[in-house]
Amino acid sequence: MAVYKRPELIADAPSGYCPGCLHSLATKLVAEAIEELGQADNALNVISVGCSALNILYWSGDFLSVAHGRAPAAATGIKRTNPERLVFAYQGDGDLAAIGLAEIMSAANRGENFTVVFANNQTYGMTGGQMAPTTLIGQKTTTTVYGRDPQTTGYPMKMCELISTLEAPVYVARFALNSPKGVNDARKGLKKAFRLQMEGKGFTFIELLTNCPTNWKMTPLQTLEYMNTNTIPYFKPGVYKDKEAQA
Amino acid sequence: MGEKRFMKGNEAIAEAAVRAGCRFFAGYPITPQNEIPEYLSRRLPEVGGAYVQGESEVASVNMVYGAAAMGTRSMTSSSGPGISLKAEGISYLAAAMLPAVIVNISRGGPGLGSIQPAQSDYLQATKALGHGGFHAMVFAPNSAQEAADIMYAAWDYAERDRNPVLVLMDGCLGNIMEAVDLPPMREIKPEDAPEWSLSRRNGRDYQGNITPIYTEPILEGINAMAGEMYKAWEEDDVKVEEFMVEDAEYIIVAYGIASRVSKEAVLNLREKGFKVGLIRPITLYPFPKKSIRNLDYDRVKGIIDIEMTIPAQMREDIELQVMGRCPVYEYGRSGGCLLDDDGVYDAIYEIITGGDR
Ligand SMILES: Cc1ncc(C[n+]2csc(CCOP(=O)(O)OP(=O)(O)O)c2C)c(N)n1
Repeated sequence: MAVYKRPELIADAPSGYCPGCLHSLATKLVAEAIEELGQADNALNVISVGCSALNILYWSGDFLSVAHGRAPAAATGIKRTNPERLVFAYQGDGDLAAIGLAEIMSAANRGENFTVVFANNQTYGMTGGQMAPTTLIGQKTTTTVYGRDPQTTGYPMKMCELISTLEAPVYVARFALNSPKGVNDARKGLKKAFRLQMEGKGFTFIELLTNCPTNWKMTPLQTLEYMNTNTIPYFKPGVYKDKEAQA
Repeated sequence: MGEKRFMKGNEAIAEAAVRAGCRFFAGYPITPQNEIPEYLSRRLPEVGGAYVQGESEVASVNMVYGAAAMGTRSMTSSSGPGISLKAEGISYLAAAMLPAVIVNISRGGPGLGSIQPAQSDYLQATKALGHGGFHAMVFAPNSAQEAADIMYAAWDYAERDRNPVLVLMDGCLGNIMEAVDLPPMREIKPEDAPEWSLSRRNGRDYQGNITPIYTEPILEGINAMAGEMYKAWEEDDVKVEEFMVEDAEYIIVAYGIASRVSKEAVLNLREKGFKVGLIRPITLYPFPKKSIRNLDYDRVKGIIDIEMTIPAQMREDIELQVMGRCPVYEYGRSGGCLLDDDGVYDAIYEIITGGDR
């Protein structure tokens, strides 16, 4: 029987996230997966820059807050000196796929034994909704008011696809948090990634498709529908690499 | 106790770091400091430490940020172009109050500049290692021996202050070989991880958190605390060598490689009967203000700033202490062109005998 309660790793305080923002659900899923593996005391959250930085206020486990895009580098320093810890970085799409592109690709390529949780909301939420590397073609943002034009801004970056071309990563998967099935799959995927890390298997990458009601200028329900009709067809959920299953 | 070895300045830095208890290095190749990462890539695994070749200086200093947060003695090294990239991470180290050692083996600048030695990073090192108005202690050794001694002590300062420390040495000193008396190996156990660190090896069972971001009143308090710390450095931590200063009428101020060439000139000029002395800042920050401020300006006729960079960068720090009481002159070479004995001797001679510079 499932018991629904606030994970211990999340402080008993109101979430700072906007109503309907899937960052809070994503954070809760991460906390639950860690607790189910009995790793709450051992986990270290490397907090990136973006809306995820709100975790500083309500993540009640160990954390290190780091510079924009550099979470995989900081996590490398942590894990190389403290391999017994469960280390994960939680990054947004601007953080990971723009300013931190070198850090994420290089950490993945080195096969660093930690987990990166990538919250892809297709916008720069924290700074007010500018275009992100993952913004969909035609999607309106404060810096693409007529919609993203690939002629001048290129195409949305598919990070799972890119990372799964590398040799070292052991588990790379994308889940959409706009449906109960997506949430259940994400739960399992996160748990698997953390388990593989604790078994010393190597780099694991979980992309979570999320939303941004405030900056998409939609109601929460409309964002979930938009994800079905626009986000998911482009960023296809699924397991992109699973060395354990291949073995 | 000690152990004598013939080694490059860069190698002396690396070996002394290991003996000081450094167990994590991340860096990116750049001349003229490559011996440091090369040495540590072999040496750190021998003592249970970790070496990572980062994808950039930006990544490397952030790796150090992560390792330092775990209470591991950590360092990175680079030269001008890379130190500029590390500026972000050094500022974050200062903000998060994390101890780490940064080594700059300096070369000609600005830009890609030149791979040959120069002292062109004084202002960056002492005034603005990164954004946000913080300082790090800056040490400027002038021999492989002194570099080793400074590295050995560097983490003690960094951990005392919970602040990064910079060691600034030009590529010349990094690459010449000298005899070095190495300090003994220091044993640092996992349970020694500082209480503030995120390590749980020290028995901590409550939440550990470290951030470079604060609410406004707390940040203001942290800024003020840092200000007090910088003042305390000036009282307690200034290191300076004063050579033949007591009766000197002309005083050279020079650090690092420039101080070695200048000392030679002082000895030669003394032989000719000229009353010349040398003040050598070993800490560039805190700057040895009193050594210059408290000179007897009834006797001292001029101060000569000699640096391996043009224009001289230390000059303003000197002038602030001289306060117009005597002229301040400068002589230098730059861009990777080296100071030499004759050039320095002639320049000082010309100044003393009434020439203008
Ligand atoms: C070096 C640097 N550049 C820019 C910023 C400003 N900044 C803060 S958050 C952010 C965007 C974050 O967007 P994303 O990673 O997509 O996360 P989200 O807020 O959408 O969750 C930016 C650009 C910064 N903090 N540091």
